[in-house]
Amino acid sequence: MSNVVLPPVINGQGYQLTIFDKVIGLARSKSLWPLPFATSCCGIEFMATMASTYDLARFGSERPSFSPRQADMLMVMGTIAKKMAPVVRQVYEQMAEPRWVIAVGACASSGGVFDTYSVLQGIDKVIPVDVYVPGCPPRPEQILDGVMKLQELVKNEPMRRRNSPEYKALLASYGITVN
Amino acid sequence: MALTNEIIRKKLEEKFGDAVYAFEEPWGMLTFEVKRDKLLEVMRWLRDDEEMGFTFLTDLCGVHYPDNEKERQFATVYHMHNWIENVRIRLKVFLNGDNPEVDSVTPLFNSANWQERETYDFFGIIFKGHPDLRRILNMDEMVSFPMRKEYPLEDAGRTDKDDRYFGREPQLIDSI
Repeated sequence: MSNVVLPPVINGQGYQLTIFDKVIGLARSKSLWPLPFATSCCGIEFMATMASTYDLARFGSERPSFSPRQADMLMVMGTIAKKMAPVVRQVYEQMAEPRWVIAVGACASSGGVFDTYSVLQGIDKVIPVDVYVPGCPPRPEQILDGVMKLQELVKNEPMRRRNSPEYKALLASYGITVN
Repeated sequence: MALTNEIIRKKLEEKFGDAVYAFEEPWGMLTFEVKRDKLLEVMRWLRDDEEMGFTFLTDLCGVHYPDNEKERQFATVYHMHNWIENVRIRLKVFLNGDNPEVDSVTPLFNSANWQERETYDFFGIIFKGHPDLRRILNMDEMVSFPMRKEYPLEDAGRTDKDDRYFGREPQLIDSI
């Protein structure tokens, strides 16, 4: 892990000072447990992303968590029908804070080619999204790029963000209650 | 003797007279219309008659013809199959545009249950006598019957589409 940039430290006799936010952000960003929510072809690309050649585990996502309770990063991959929207939302609500969301592919981001009565026009209509990965479907490299973009967000997220009025207002705008 | 379209047509006309009409054979498949109140009777006979033997309901679906006269604005189409002779037929029933109601064929074919629910879901056609007529594919909260032509295909919530790239005047989408 030679590319890991450590936060600035002050070393003294028997102690080391650093910034709590940065250390925790660094730790979190290198162990994002993904929850794959795959409904169509983007899910197939994600399988390749997880497998040996592209190896998502290199980025600390060693363990795809198929339970929302233990996941940090919800990856929605594929067309979400309106009938499926409450399920996505419930999965999101079951995740513990801090939680992040990646919308993988055109359908999850905007509805894609399915501009029609039965398809949700982007998952950001029901849950907040941190990173959008374009493509139809995106190549594994693009999905990895999305994960790395999210890692940057996670690394630089202040500890207080989840308690901030802005964040609460964001959740409230989706009608999600903070527990 | 093989079961031919001519035999089926002759027998149907003998038995039901005016209730079956508008026979045609697109691509060799016997197709005809049935009067709405005779549907169950005709289908029961086609299923149970030994010579006919159409024991299988392949499919059932709806059609919307908003430009037809009032009494013919909806249709339900039934495909039946005789497995032994490998003969298929198609029945159509035309329905009123304001009040599309037809007898359910679930008493004859259990397989019609979900197919009729689907047709109800997309066209709002009421199947009288269906044991559990509710939406099956679309979300329960939906208020429209999306395959009816008065409802737009596109989702009104779409925000990222620029009409100029789709060969449309930008103001068109505002009216939807």
